[in-house]
Amino acid sequence: MQYSDKVMDHFANPRNVGEIEDAQGVGVVGNAKCGDIMKMYLQIDDNDVISDCKFKTFGCGAAIATSSMATELIKGRTVKEALALTNSAVVEALDGLPPVKIHCSVLAEEAVKAAIADYYKKIGREVDFPLESADERYEH
Amino acid sequence: MSRFVYADNAATTPVSQAVIDAMAPCFASAWGNPSSLHSKGREAKKLMDDARERIAKVFGCESGEIYFTSCGSESDNWAIKGAALRGKKKGRTHIVTTVIEHPAVLNTCRALEREGFEVSYIGVDADGVVDLAALEAAITEKTAVVAVMYANNEIGTIQPIEKICEMAHAKGALMFTDAVQAFGNVEIDLSKLPVDMLAMSGHKIHAPKGIGMLFVRKGTVLSNLIDGGGQEKRHRAGTENLPYIVGLAKAVEIAHEGLKDMPRVTAMRDRLIEALTAIPYSRLNGHRTKRLPGNVNVGFECIEGESMLLLLDMKGICASTGSACSSASLEPSHVLLAIGVPHEKAHGSIRLSISRETTDEDVDYIIETLTPIVARLREMSPLWEEIVKNSNK
Repeated sequence: MQYSDKVMDHFANPRNVGEIEDAQGVGVVGNAKCGDIMKMYLQIDDNDVISDCKFKTFGCGAAIATSSMATELIKGRTVKEALALTNSAVVEALDGLPPVKIHCSVLAEEAVKAAIADYYKKIGREVDFPLESADERYEH
Repeated sequence: MSRFVYADNAATTPVSQAVIDAMAPCFASAWGNPSSLHSKGREAKKLMDDARERIAKVFGCESGEIYFTSCGSESDNWAIKGAALRGKKKGRTHIVTTVIEHPAVLNTCRALEREGFEVSYIGVDADGVVDLAALEAAITEKTAVVAVMYANNEIGTIQPIEKICEMAHAKGALMFTDAVQAFGNVEIDLSKLPVDMLAMSGHKIHAPKGIGMLFVRKGTVLSNLIDGGGQEKRHRAGTENLPYIVGLAKAVEIAHEGLKDMPRVTAMRDRLIEALTAIPYSRLNGHRTKRLPGNVNVGFECIEGESMLLLLDMKGICASTGSACSSASLEPSHVLLAIGVPHEKAHGSIRLSISRETTDEDVDYIIETLTPIVARLREMSPLWEEIVKNSNK
């Protein structure tokens, strides 16, 4: 199993690690039993733009790298644009992932969606997109 | 990279120069087939006989009890399948083993289950020591072979093999031990240890990969695993790998000689264990004292093993992990689960296996490198965040 240089760069120098106090949206996906948990914090301005984004991740190199890349891809984008982020876009931006690590990119996509859903709930907007429960999907 | 520290000797070891030097003539000049009658064959045969005798001397057995194989896995397969198939003829269709065996043993037993054999997988306690009462109760007059590893490859726990031998023999079963991790780390004297079969592997003791050995005590009859020509007294076909056999003999002698260094290795191990378990929310996996001199296996909560491994590698330290993320199956180590480590904690385990070649400076470097790596990964872990928040309440 070999990671691309991009993955290693995002793992060794992860972007946007940390917490945002009083974040408008916070999403947590994954479970400790399976070895991956991602927590995503979003700061969203009045124009629905993600002005800041931070993450914390428990997991392998790929889990950390996909979290880092996902924050880069949605920062400065509108919430709507962030909702369109797919796991394959994360994989592509990282120049690929080993097959057994693809689930990490799925988790990154779900973390973004979970954080946006939290934001929607807080402002009373209807959650009009599907939310996968990572806990169910990866339970084994 | 300022420094290189190899702390994964349980995975494999570098081939020592003395072994390379011992093998060289077998490539350059003594390239004959030991089965040939002519001078080239006799030259090879002499080297092979000599190697077998030197190995037997170290193990305290007869040279006729040493069989060369291609690796530890082959030795495991041969011992268990050979004993099971032979036992079946006498109505012995049962095998006893433990849940923490190497896959070479576990999957051999599973293969025999599919062929109609019954297998009892005995559990271990929190330190990884086999449950002797359960083991004794499982062995019956139907048991063909009892297979228990001498020492565990992941957590280093050493099993009470002598006691287990007695239990097996009391019911007329054969006793096999996989000593792949143990030989070269603990004294093994087959004139005193009454096992019927014992497996070892060259590449764990600074010989090349691709050479192993199975000891079969005189009078013990196993079915063949590899049929063919008349090599190894017709019990293991295939032209003998003479260079590696000669290399193995050299490595066995050096390993045996090196046992005198084990107190020093044990002291380095203990220093690592003390420093790493001093980190909060960590635990030692395996027995504190009944463990291999070079084995350290520590779990750190809230972080994941592969991340630790990658960061250590960037600092020139080679280690290994029982985390699921390092395996294709995405399941954490069966050994850690067997000693009762919960899934979420098994992910954060790391194995450091040091050797006689490890220095005190290497140990210092591992401690001063790994400690901040654990802190750094916890800084970015949402699980750690919860622990910190709860402790501030």
